[in-house]
Amino acid sequence: MPEYGAAGQGGSPAREVGEFLLRRRERIAQRWADETLFRTVFTVSREEAVEAGRAVVEALAQVAGADRSADPEAPGFLVVRDQLARIGSARTRTGVTPSQVSNDVDALRPPTVDLLVADLPDAAPEAVREATNVLTVLMGTLRLVVMETALSEGQALIDRQRLQLMEVATPVIKLWDGIVAVPLIGTLDSARSQIVMETLLEAVVDQQARFAILDITGVPTVDSLVAQHLMKTVAAARLMGAECVVSGIRPAIAQTIVHLGLDLGTVVTRASLADALGYALRKLGTDIVTEASHGAGER
Amino acid sequence: METAAGVEACLPIRSDMDLVWVRQHVRQAAAQLGFGLVDQTKLVTAASELARNTLVHGGGGRMEAAHVVRGRVNGLRLAFADDGPGIPDLDRALTDGYTSGDGLGMGLGGARRLVHEFAIDSAPGAGTTVTVTSWAVRPPHPREVV
Repeated sequence: MPEYGAAGQGGSPAREVGEFLLRRRERIAQRWADETLFRTVFTVSREEAVEAGRAVVEALAQVAGADRSADPEAPGFLVVRDQLARIGSARTRTGVTPSQVSNDVDALRPPTVDLLVADLPDAAPEAVREATNVLTVLMGTLRLVVMETALSEGQALIDRQRLQLMEVATPVIKLWDGIVAVPLIGTLDSARSQIVMETLLEAVVDQQARFAILDITGVPTVDSLVAQHLMKTVAAARLMGAECVVSGIRPAIAQTIVHLGLDLGTVVTRASLADALGYALRKLGTDIVTEASHGAGER
Repeated sequence: METAAGVEACLPIRSDMDLVWVRQHVRQAAAQLGFGLVDQTKLVTAASELARNTLVHGGGGRMEAAHVVRGRVNGLRLAFADDGPGIPDLDRALTDGYTSGDGLGMGLGGARRLVHEFAIDSAPGAGTTVTVTSWAVRPPHPREVV
């Protein structure tokens, strides 16, 4: 930032504020380090807080120097955007409401204004007022930028979690040679059911499965769309040579399906995963017998 | 159970995520009003069908939930409203297996069988409002003639 090197007298108020910020950045950062925002985020060392404060002050100086005090999109903020996002999200993670964070940022303003006024002892009252105005606008913009970055951080987090949930919630489990099971959990929307179908079909190929069990114990609502997704998955698995069994149909779900008028007649269904496994094992010619009846009641 | 707090609501239906919200709200409201597990599930499923209709065919809208009381029985009334193209032929829309999209065509007719009271108000170009009501205790059935 070489353009701030020459301290020109009689520049625009914005430029003056920019020069003041750059000149006094050390003292401002020291004052900020004792304010709530920096004190609660940088708990390890005060030095860290001062350093972060210095970076923010330098960014503000650049924004003011470019005469874009009221513009949250000013390029000067780009440098500290990550820093500000970290500060904002660190505060909200501790359970502080967004408006409190906003107030914390606003608390940085009074000490800065004090320093500005003290820095201009000889200036005309008019000039002091103008400079103070610029600084106030600038600090308001900083507040806006912090809130904005905190919000977009939250949105990014939600998007990430949604993706994570989709991947995590669809494991394919090998139960026996030739038998795989997918325990479905949560809402079965179009995107989820697409992933379920893909992972299931891949597993059918990898495990050379003859039977695939779709367990819907963890699906809270089975409506016509969910049923349609299930039937499509069953049909696709059948094309690959695997028979599908839908298990985990609770009494309330069974009654609802009947009232809804859905015809699952083409799909083999069982009440529990154990029943479905037993069905598949029998079809594969394997049967589980208890030790006592072994040899005596073997079929 | 006397208070209706947490039951009355107006939820937007704009995306798949909103459908999750609708289902959860209906489930919680029904449980709060003393619905049994089967009736809860039926009402939630009906709400899911109707909310999806609002989203897919009506281009989005809203659901209003209200606590209604008849005598000493609590009920839950759900109104699904959209400003979409409306339904030109109601009888056909209620026929099982008929669909204007690529679904199973069971939604509207199925939803009607899942609730106690069902009313539909629609005209071409004037949007659609489907209002359903279910009671926590089944109203006494007239004796069936064998």
